[in-house]
Amino acid sequence: MKIVLEHLTKKFISRNNKNEIVTAVNDFDFEIPDGKLIGLLGPSGCGKSTTLNLICGLEEPTSGKIYFGDLDVTGLPPENRGVGMVFQNYALYPHLTVRQNIRFPLENLKGADKLSKEVIEQRALEAAKLVQIDTLMDRKPNELSGGQQQRVAIARALVKTPGVLLLDEPLSNLDARLRLQTREQIRRIQKETGVTTIFVTHDQEEAMSISDYIIVMKAGVLQQMGEPQKVYNEPVNLFVAQFLGNPAINVFNGQIRDHGLYIGEDRISDFDAEDQEVYVGVRPEAFIPDEKGPFRCVFDRVETTGRDTSIVTHNENCISDEDIRAIVSADEKLNNENGIIRFSLKPAKVHVFSKEDEKVIHG
Amino acid sequence: MGKKNDLKGWLYLLPALLFVGVFMVYPLIDVLIYSFEEGYNFASQTYEGVGLYNYSYVLHDPYFMQAVKNTFILVIITVPLSTSIALLISLALNSINKLKDLFQTIFFLPYVTNTLAVGLVFMILFKKTAYSEGLINLLLNSFGIASVDFIEGPYWAKMFVLCFYTIWVVLPFKILILTSALASVNKDYYNAARVDGTSKWRTFYKITLPMISPSLFYLVITGFIGAFKAYSDVVALFGTDLNAAGMNTIVGYVYDMLYGNSGGYPSFASAAALILFAIVLTITVINLLVSKENVHYQ
Repeated sequence: MKIVLEHLTKKFISRNNKNEIVTAVNDFDFEIPDGKLIGLLGPSGCGKSTTLNLICGLEEPTSGKIYFGDLDVTGLPPENRGVGMVFQNYALYPHLTVRQNIRFPLENLKGADKLSKEVIEQRALEAAKLVQIDTLMDRKPNELSGGQQQRVAIARALVKTPGVLLLDEPLSNLDARLRLQTREQIRRIQKETGVTTIFVTHDQEEAMSISDYIIVMKAGVLQQMGEPQKVYNEPVNLFVAQFLGNPAINVFNGQIRDHGLYIGEDRISDFDAEDQEVYVGVRPEAFIPDEKGPFRCVFDRVETTGRDTSIVTHNENCISDEDIRAIVSADEKLNNENGIIRFSLKPAKVHVFSKEDEKVIHG
Repeated sequence: MGKKNDLKGWLYLLPALLFVGVFMVYPLIDVLIYSFEEGYNFASQTYEGVGLYNYSYVLHDPYFMQAVKNTFILVIITVPLSTSIALLISLALNSINKLKDLFQTIFFLPYVTNTLAVGLVFMILFKKTAYSEGLINLLLNSFGIASVDFIEGPYWAKMFVLCFYTIWVVLPFKILILTSALASVNKDYYNAARVDGTSKWRTFYKITLPMISPSLFYLVITGFIGAFKAYSDVVALFGTDLNAAGMNTIVGYVYDMLYGNSGGYPSFASAAALILFAIVLTITVINLLVSKENVHYQ
């Protein structure tokens, strides 16, 4: 089911100061296509969870509308929206077994929708099989590992075959290895069921790795939406560029002058735009060690972590971090001359942002 | 090293052990011994023999049987009623936002009020004297119902006042425990239930109740024990001559046997106290057995 948000806004009265109004979600306007996996991404407290709760119906928007398909669900309570929700702490009922937990939503159905015991049992088992916990049906939640609890929560959310599946920070309570496994599971389950799925995360790698689309938020404002790789390659502003990517993008103070892009006195490339002060974002993978390259940095050390070799340097114009990280292939020859190393930069991996509004400038 | 540490440990425990020994263990053993000493003379501290006569005497004493009956009626009526009323009030308190603190304070006030003072207030409310009918009776009269003497009148009226009073006195503590139990249930459970379209009743029955079951169980157990030990409330309402009023409780009987007008019989008192102990123990064990199935600790 496709989801459309139309000028969706949610304002709260601040918990600390009663006179202050916090805008958790500010004028969201986008469409999520049917059957896709969407990662809602942003730093803590940016309004991701509020957005999810608005879609779910647990919170009412201050203004704006939400459509599921063509149906306006803005005023509908959550139980009538046909959503499945997985909470950050899973919210499995601790006194019920896995089976009872999964059956719970089906047992709520009344009247014409009421299901027979056999159907309930069968559908609970199907959901359990989908998430591969059908052998643990008689255990209590506290007898399961974090990953298993997570999957029970997904099975409970899916058992009613909702049109929309919402996951709030689904991986944040798992350890690193389990995260990798579980996110693949989420991907697989989403593909198998084809349910439109939105998951909230503050971990950009998580979102980038499994999402069809990512939505980047900051302080209640939608920054950019698109396919992960496209957002990564074409960030619309400095925030998005900095938020995506690990190691993070290197940011420099720079200028545009004489139809060229400068970092300090180094002319990086030709650049046709009005003369101005800018931020220059350079992805770690943009650096190519090159004797004749235009960009000079002071060499510090080489770090090898697994398959990556990074050259760590510094430059007085860098403002993102003391260390500039350049990821290069391991067999690259270094042209270290008096402690100065020269790079040429891949143009597609260099992004220029206005100092005024931090928006991207195309040359 | 182990031995040395052991010694140190016991040394640290000594003050506590001393107090427990002098004020708990020794009296307990003494009570047990008294209860088997027949014909014990308080003045000469001598006894004639050892046996079960004291128990037999107490169990055949109509005053004791009246006290047992009173106590059981009190327990059976007040424990379930006070717990469910407290639960209802707590649920209501938990569901309001405005003035919640005010109401919580109001409901907690009786807890910090002196038992005897409250007893006097109840007497004024219910007592019928030569000069006044009592507030409740005036109310009854206004509905065209004849006055009842709640304090010195028929048995059921006195029992009603006692139960009413007991429930009123124990409510604040129960409300306090239950409101905090309700507040500590993670809101996500309710949100999950809401998303899944769970009805209010089912949410209460399937989620809220199991979640607060440890607190409920605690209140039932302590409620039973507290009600079996009822005494000061009864004195506050009906005065010290409880046997004459027909409103004595088991603890009241024990006290009377020791210090009352007909007192001076520590052997009978001890036997009665041990019978009370046996009753409380039995009820508590039954409670524990029932709770195994229905109480969910996290």
